[in-house]
Amino acid sequence: MLRAASRLSSHRAARAILTESSSTSSASALLFSKSAPLTSTSSSTAVIRSFSTLHDISAVDITSDSRIYAGDVPLPLTTDCTIFEADDVPTGKYPVFRVMDENGVIRDSSKGPEYIDPNLTEEHAVKMFRTMARLNVMDNIFLNAQRQGRISFYMSSQGEEAVHIGSASALDNKDVIFAQYRETGVLMWRGFTMSQFADQCFSNSGDLGKGRQMPVHYGSRALNFHTISSPLTTQLPQAAGSAYAMKMEALRNGKDRAEGVTVCYFGDGAASEGDFHAAMNIAATMNCPIIFFCRNNGFAISTPVADQYRGDGIASRAKGYGMASIRVDGNDLFAVNAATARAKELALSENRPVLIETMSYRVGHHSTSDDSTRYRSTEEIKKWDTEDNPIDRFRRYCETRGWLDEETVQTIRDEEKINVLQALESAEKKGPPELSTMFDDVYKEKTPELERQEAKLLEHVAKYPERYSGPI
Amino acid sequence: MATIDMPVREALNQAIDEEMERDDAVYIMGEEVAQYQGAYKVTKGLYQKYGERRVIDTPITEMGFTGLAVGSAYKDLKPIVEFMTFNFSMQAIDQIVNSAAKQYYMSAGDISCPIVFRGANGIAAGVAAQHSQCFAAWYSSVPGLKVLAPYSSEDAKGLLKAAIRDPNPVVFLEQELLYGTPFPMSDEAQGKDFVIPIGEAKIEKEGSDVTIVTFSRGVGLSLEAAEELTKKGINAEVINLRTIRPLDRDTILSSIKKTGRVVTVEDGWPQCGVGAEIAAMCMEDDGVFDSLDAPVQRICGADVPMPYALNLEEAAVPQINDIVEACEKATYRGK
Repeated sequence: MLRAASRLSSHRAARAILTESSSTSSASALLFSKSAPLTSTSSSTAVIRSFSTLHDISAVDITSDSRIYAGDVPLPLTTDCTIFEADDVPTGKYPVFRVMDENGVIRDSSKGPEYIDPNLTEEHAVKMFRTMARLNVMDNIFLNAQRQGRISFYMSSQGEEAVHIGSASALDNKDVIFAQYRETGVLMWRGFTMSQFADQCFSNSGDLGKGRQMPVHYGSRALNFHTISSPLTTQLPQAAGSAYAMKMEALRNGKDRAEGVTVCYFGDGAASEGDFHAAMNIAATMNCPIIFFCRNNGFAISTPVADQYRGDGIASRAKGYGMASIRVDGNDLFAVNAATARAKELALSENRPVLIETMSYRVGHHSTSDDSTRYRSTEEIKKWDTEDNPIDRFRRYCETRGWLDEETVQTIRDEEKINVLQALESAEKKGPPELSTMFDDVYKEKTPELERQEAKLLEHVAKYPERYSGPI
Repeated sequence: MATIDMPVREALNQAIDEEMERDDAVYIMGEEVAQYQGAYKVTKGLYQKYGERRVIDTPITEMGFTGLAVGSAYKDLKPIVEFMTFNFSMQAIDQIVNSAAKQYYMSAGDISCPIVFRGANGIAAGVAAQHSQCFAAWYSSVPGLKVLAPYSSEDAKGLLKAAIRDPNPVVFLEQELLYGTPFPMSDEAQGKDFVIPIGEAKIEKEGSDVTIVTFSRGVGLSLEAAEELTKKGINAEVINLRTIRPLDRDTILSSIKKTGRVVTVEDGWPQCGVGAEIAAMCMEDDGVFDSLDAPVQRICGADVPMPYALNLEEAAVPQINDIVEACEKATYRGK
């Protein structure tokens, strides 16, 4: 195995970027030791995964301090939540920060310097678990609803639940979210209700979006979650603009710190778009307080990361833009939370962008228009789902503390199933949006031409009522 | 104050200056707009007056600064994006068409995008295929966008101020060849409250025999053509559209009803052009269709990428004589 982590030892100094106190600004931020010796990293069971070829796990050294994530390349592991500065990056591969292993084990600081317990309360932990479970249950039921022809399209988040809840729980609702489309859990954590999800997917009269967007293109101004933009990566430069506007607002009010950070999620595939470069460069040059949050889940629809880039993933690109960055185990809820909290503090206190790359695996298909078994084996999918399932990782952590057991987990899943089914049934019964809303919101005020077109349409429908069934 | 002559460039500058003074959410960004004061000096003096926070030199990235501006408009700033020329807006067209124009609708009225995209559009002299073309038809086909094209200095000032105050995304198409042209500015137009309403065309010259519908540089050509036509006994009415979207149907159609004949003039290509839209309007309106005494005539740029050689360029661009001939044909006075 590659022991790349040892090459990091000369970069210990770089880790002094963030002080311990810097991670505590968010009420929901979890605490971590800031400096763990890299030479004594995890002795936990590192399960080896592959995207293009399957590895024989029995042949792998489970005490290894590296692990394979996307791209079939072993990456060094670290328990040190260092956000690397552009002028002091690791000489080898970017290490993957994590504190909880595949078995949900977090090393107590008294047992070794590498881990400390994140000091989570039971209530908070169970809320996190419940939200991940709800997301997972909703995904499964909505996918089935699509197969039954009840909704036209759906995109699930299976395998990436910890990325969503780990990051969302490090933020508060003043922070602005620009998502790609696979960040449903972030919106869920913020308080988007099951009915709101279902109504959007059914495009009914209750849909906040008035039936205008495809399923899963959620948006909520109240929750500071921007409407999803289908073309990949358009949201990145826009998010930089949101961050810039919030900084300007603070400056106008005589403050040097924006009220919230802007967090912009995107995938490993989206990072190949030209907008990615444009956004990184403009955010860096204009000192925007923003977190660019890359969910590296191994695939852009069918394209594996091996065909997406030749460099060391996405995190390593930050150096070229003069930007700080960190790579995180996306299935480790605690690591994602800690990195996000630190990145937020850094972005806000110093008015600059930070890049986070979470390493995870897209267990589900890209969308309901995709059958991913045509380009990857069911065995590979199953391996991730069973051996490094982010919800199970966290469940094990909670079980060890006596906060969850088999029965309570089942109860939670049953309750959530009922909630989802109720929302689905109720959404299905609501009628479609009114025809007369179709010409609203093209402009702030309807133009004469739109009024003319609307009048013509309504006149036509009134003339042939038997041909049109929906509400007017 | 009396009426004075002012070049279009200065009128644009005055509009931006006054609106930045009026509203501190307004800021301008683009390549070379700050220290260099704009490739065409439209932003002269603004950097000195408003500083680097509101007059921003960007990296050379249309995609980046347009996207940033769009995002900042979502968050209540009022950006003016300067494209050095609209040719380069193609590198950011996704941000304009797919995001700025649609955000308000897609968010069901939750998030608006008060932004102005401005810069030199249309033909220029001796810069060939990639720097000499009109995007009026492109942008005016997009619901959610408003598209303005000033001709004179009063147009430039009054319309740009309206664009900046408008809560919708506005594409503001200037004309490089007119930047240095002086036009009279009335007392009123010199004032800070001079705003020209969006969506209203201006009848530049009244006439009874034929309606010429045009915008931007075409207005100047058409007015000159109208003068020649007068000598030939044809009294042409010249309509300066000012707003390409939403079109002022009432002004256009009532003029055509009056004259029974219409000639459209634009520098852009014929297919799906602004003239094509006017022609379609005539066909769709019973009253106008019945009142037409001659087929619609369109004067457009030649249907080729703009060539460089002077003789070829001249042949590819509408000339005064083309308009005169089209009007003669429409009034059956031609050869």
